[in-house]
Amino acid sequence: MPTLTYRDALNQALREEMQRDPSVFLMGEEVGVYQGAYKVSRGLLEEFGPMRVVDTPIAELGFAGVGVGAAMAGLRPVIEFMTWNFAVLALDQIVNSAAKILYESGGQVPIPIVFRGPNGAALQLAAQHSQAWESWLAHIPGLKVVAPATPADAKGLLKAAIRDDNPVIVLEGEMLYNTKGDVPEGEHVVPIGKADVKRAGTDVTLICHSKTVVPALKAAEQLQEQGVSAEVVDLRSLRPMDEETLVASVVKTNRCVVAEEGWPHCGIGAQVVDIIQREAFDSLDAPVLRVTQADVPMPYNKQLERAAKPSPEKIVAAARRVCYLD
Amino acid sequence: MATTVFMEALSPTMEEGRLVKWHKREGDAVQVGETLAEVETDKAIMDLQARADGILRQVAVAEGQTVPVGKEIAVIVAPGETVGATPAPAPRPAPASVSGSGERGAVPSATVPAAAAVAPADATRVKASPLAKRMAKEAGVDLKLLQGSGPGGRVVKQDLESLGRGETGEVRSAAPQPTVRREVPLPSPVSPGVVGSGAAYEDVPLTQIRKTIAKRLATSLGPVPHFFLTTEVDMERAAEARDALNRQLGDRGKVSFNDVILKATALALTKHRACNAWFQEDHIRYWNEVHIGMAVAVEDGLITPVIRNADVKPLLEIGREAGDLADKARSRRLQPHEYTGSTFSVSNLGMFDIDQFTAVINPPEAGIIAVGSIMQKPVVVDATVLPRRRMRITMSCDHRVIDGATGAGFLKTLKEMLENPLAMLL
Repeated sequence: MPTLTYRDALNQALREEMQRDPSVFLMGEEVGVYQGAYKVSRGLLEEFGPMRVVDTPIAELGFAGVGVGAAMAGLRPVIEFMTWNFAVLALDQIVNSAAKILYESGGQVPIPIVFRGPNGAALQLAAQHSQAWESWLAHIPGLKVVAPATPADAKGLLKAAIRDDNPVIVLEGEMLYNTKGDVPEGEHVVPIGKADVKRAGTDVTLICHSKTVVPALKAAEQLQEQGVSAEVVDLRSLRPMDEETLVASVVKTNRCVVAEEGWPHCGIGAQVVDIIQREAFDSLDAPVLRVTQADVPMPYNKQLERAAKPSPEKIVAAARRVCYLD
Repeated sequence: MATTVFMEALSPTMEEGRLVKWHKREGDAVQVGETLAEVETDKAIMDLQARADGILRQVAVAEGQTVPVGKEIAVIVAPGETVGATPAPAPRPAPASVSGSGERGAVPSATVPAAAAVAPADATRVKASPLAKRMAKEAGVDLKLLQGSGPGGRVVKQDLESLGRGETGEVRSAAPQPTVRREVPLPSPVSPGVVGSGAAYEDVPLTQIRKTIAKRLATSLGPVPHFFLTTEVDMERAAEARDALNRQLGDRGKVSFNDVILKATALALTKHRACNAWFQEDHIRYWNEVHIGMAVAVEDGLITPVIRNADVKPLLEIGREAGDLADKARSRRLQPHEYTGSTFSVSNLGMFDIDQFTAVINPPEAGIIAVGSIMQKPVVVDATVLPRRRMRITMSCDHRVIDGATGAGFLKTLKEMLENPLAMLL
């Protein structure tokens, strides 16, 4: 199996889907000539031409709306936001148009559109450009939200998103684009709504997604050295959420920590905790703990930024607490 | 919202309960903590308390009826609320657990989640993780008897696992491990006379306590390898000492032979820790505290209330406690903590004119002594035959814990203490 970076896995998914289905096209800032701010669309303009790889002005609400219109007309647009921090300008089109049109048309007008781009903090991009938006997006009925953590999942979930007849949000990560992993060639589609056990364990379940999968796996290694066997469950899909896999893991381990990049209040982890307490109540040996970004705008200062983000150390500390070790 | 009233496990080993008497009738207003009914457990008659405020409805169990733990027996609804309009809390998986082969005993706080959630803060409420509650229920462990290692004393999985491994520490020493308690088997003191009714026989359903005795007995003499040691004790000096003490006490109390025997047994055990022990599957727990179980015959059964730390209690206090516990046992008002946790037992049938008998060990304890009557016998003392008051003691030993010489050593010390009560001061 070839080893690819996350960015190349996304590129492969886009290329394969555009080859497979002529109604698929890519639109966004710098996706064409510049080949993507993060080079996800490298080579696509050359291969598919400017009708299918469309550079836009810096006008998120506008091109998101064009995308929704194209989807209404029967195309399958992939809208790239340079980051989800900029996509907040396009929320009206995403929330009020893309997510609602199928419903408001009485099921007559599906919107098979993908909104994708990097989400959350990178390094020292400061408060306005270091935000994790998944809880905003996953809140909306009518949207599907996926957040792949590995190159293989990035390819498989983007392909699934493009083929889905509903609006699908694909949350990527600047800090993930360069990560490498084995990626199956050709037809590799990861179904939306399925979590993935990234590491099996018996003592505590670490539930994470996207970028927090990396610190969660590191935490699991550190915990292993301390005699605690942690199971790492990658949500992958935030809406719908794979309750079955989460509950099965917690029923096995009896303890749970949920890690996410977002803020604590009303975060994705809160939704996970709701599922766990409801469906695995009698299996819980401790309250579920959450590891999140500190409840502050992201600091620019490097040390403060590091202190504000979830880390393996914070996850280890939480895991030890739910195991009553500290 | 309607709160279902369940038959709760009111003793650590209770599997079913007989509703003796309803204190509240259908339509009565009830408050949290009020007694709804009296329930006969396998050990005693206990109060079933309301876990919600409201009106009692749908009383489904009649007085005298026996139902399994976990069975819904009534509903408490808000004033004006009609039953059925609001679904009762999710049904509990009671029947499966009750009909299981293992010993079961649900925990009140675990069995009534809805009520627990709405009940006002209650200092007696046991904090336990949901998992620990489930595990305790499945293992038949009373959570109230556990010292939780989690935050705020929360009982967690680890506490139950270590209990299973028999580790000390998590269990409050005053009231240890209830699941392994057994009654000392003794014949009922009163057996009904033959009735000239004409029928060849009468079938009498087993009461709760007889069912328990029947079940527990089979776990003692069968599986536990018993052996027996008998010695005859000269009780002259003990009798003299007792008479002297009672003269001195006058109206302030009386010391009985039984008190002296309990005290001497406790003191002898402090010198023979090897006999003050529990057999625990993969290890032996040697107790540093001496808690003497005292077999008490009650109507239709027997039970062993416990005199805790009997080795350090004065004779009068032992006597007072023994009397109180026996009274409570006979009126079936013993609380679980009063009949669990003994480290060694004494069964005394002296008052029934029994010369000598063997008692069945009260697992997990490793020994019990059976005390016969004190009777005048001709005894050779210094080449002269003299009348002496003599008493036979038979010790039953669990051979997995106590070997012959070990048991004999303990009995020798006990005999010395009874024959020369001053030896108790040594």
